[in-house]
Order: sequence, then structure tokens, then C-alpha cells
Amino acid sequence: MFYLYGFVILALIVSYLINNQKGKKSFKIGSKKLIKNLPIFFNMIILVSITLYFITDDLIIKFLGEGNIIEGLLFGVSAGSITLMPGFIAFPLSGVLLEKGVTYTVLAGFTNSLMLVGIMTFPIERKYFGTKVAIIRNVFGVILALIVALVTGIVFGELI
Amino acid sequence: MIKKIKPFIPMILFGIFILISNLTNFQPGIDIFQNFLKFSKSMLKFIPAIFMILGLFEVWTNRAIIEKHLGEESGIKGYFWALVLSVSMIGGLHVAFPIAYSLYKKGASLKVIFAYITFTTVCRVPMNLFEISFMGIKFTLVRLLVSIPLMLIFSQVLSKYLSTKNYKMKINVTEE
Repeated sequence: MFYLYGFVILALIVSYLINNQKGKKSFKIGSKKLIKNLPIFFNMIILVSITLYFITDDLIIKFLGEGNIIEGLLFGVSAGSITLMPGFIAFPLSGVLLEKGVTYTVLAGFTNSLMLVGIMTFPIERKYFGTKVAIIRNVFGVILALIVALVTGIVFGELI
Repeated sequence: MIKKIKPFIPMILFGIFILISNLTNFQPGIDIFQNFLKFSKSMLKFIPAIFMILGLFEVWTNRAIIEKHLGEESGIKGYFWALVLSVSMIGGLHVAFPIAYSLYKKGASLKVIFAYITFTTVCRVPMNLFEISFMGIKFTLVRLLVSIPLMLIFSQVLSKYLSTKNYKMKINVTEE
């Protein structure tokens, strides 16, 4: 985290030195976006803290399968394919689930299908590419999400 | 006025709930508040930095130039530019589709279009920053290293298959 903030501050200073106006504008846009999105973050945190009070650790681990990783993975991929969730919400949430003991494999299945498969955006996709191509691309997304999750599981030593 | 307050309503209600819970010693309310504090701490520590990077990004990248290169080139260079364009994308698939369509109209090849669409889902800088912050860089690297090659193969195969079918992107898309 120290490096991240160091990098950001350095980048802002360099940006300001190269072009005063652009440097200032970068800072302004960044802060504006931050302020605009803060209520969304807080509402999500409220929702998550209430939900996770009722859904106990045991229940999450049971559903996302501590015992059976493949079952958990399939559940994660289905959840990711159906829901539409921006990354800035999905990853903090995954971070919390990771601390709760959910495996990297299952979370990879969830986040990757979230990005690759869009059941909610399917109508728009169909309009541009036609039904057939849209289906092909989404099926490919599901397969790719599974492959990435399996490789993640192997790399993190959860599968083998 | 109502629209401006709307995002804050859950926070206000939550605040009242927590206050009452604390006054009446309502244990579930107190536990939920503990959850809230814990999650806020872990979720919010990276967020200011990420938004600053987004600000820098928006100011210093010029989408028009990138688009021009993508339209002219094909082959490996086309893929390269598809990657660059998708990395610099802000917004989700719903933004990528119209961009892909305008590239297609300008004469970009189908394989570049498909590469661009699939890259967009995994390469966007803001999203990767969130991922690295919360899941670690190893998690992100595995994902990118596995998906990008497969996506290249996919775009190649799909565009080849479609060219034998005389496929065309729909022309009469209503602008939104």
C-alpha cells in the first residue's frame, strides 16, 4: 500500500511538472470521481455488513465449498455469469470473502465469469453482433472463466 | 433535491439503526456495526489512490489517436492496438460495443474487433488495479497470462469461421 500511494503521489507531481494544467485536471477528475463514488461504496459496505451478519462464515464456506472445490467453483461461475457488478465492488467483496476462507479458485471463477460473461448485457451484444455470435462469445466466456479458475487453483496450490 | 439525497438514504437509516442499537444494547445491531467498521477499513484504504490514477489516466490518454491506428492496421499490429485500446478503456462492455461498431465501419477487421471486445473484459486498467489491491498481483497475472492467448486464438478462429459464412455486423443499429 505504501508503494501504491508513493507511486500515485510521484505520478501526480511528474504530471504537474510536465503540464501544470493537465496535472491539476488529473487531480480534480480523480477527486471528483472519488467523492461521487463514496456513497456507493458506503452503501455497499452497509449491505455487505448486514448480509454477512446473517450469512455466517460456515454458511459461505458450505456454499462456496471448502470441502468440494469443484462444486464451489460451479456455484461461483453461475453467480458471476448471472450478476452484473462493477469491478470496484466485486474485488473488495472478493477480498472480504478471501479473508473468510473462500478459496482463490472459487473467487477466480466468480470474478472471471463476472467480467467475461454478460447475461445482463446480452441484449445489447445481440443487437451489435447478432444472436449467434453473442451466444458463441458468452459460451467461450464461461469456458475461459473455468480454465482460468482451474489454473489459478493449481498455481495457488489449492487443487493439486 | 430528492435525487441528490437518495444515495445517502441507506447511510442515514443505517446510522439511526446503529445509534438506537447502541442505546438499547441491541446485540445484532452492535455486531453489524463492528462488521461495518472492519469492512470499511479494508475496502477504503486503497480507493483514494485508485481514483487518483483514474484521473491521471483520463487526462493523459487520447482515445482518438488510438482508434485511428486500430482502424488502419491489421495482423499482429492490429492485435497490439486492440490491446492498447482495451487497456485504456473506461466503462464496461456497453461502451465497448459501440466503439467496436464504429471501428468496424471504419474498416477494422473482424478478428481485431473480436480481440478488442474480449480484451476489454479483462484488461481495463481500473479493474486490474482493484483486483491487484484486493487479491494480489499473482492472481491477476495468472488471469492475464491464461486468458490473453486463448482470446487471441478465439478471435482468430471465430473471425475465420464467420468469414466463410459471409458474416456482417448489423448495420442498422439504433444509436443510443
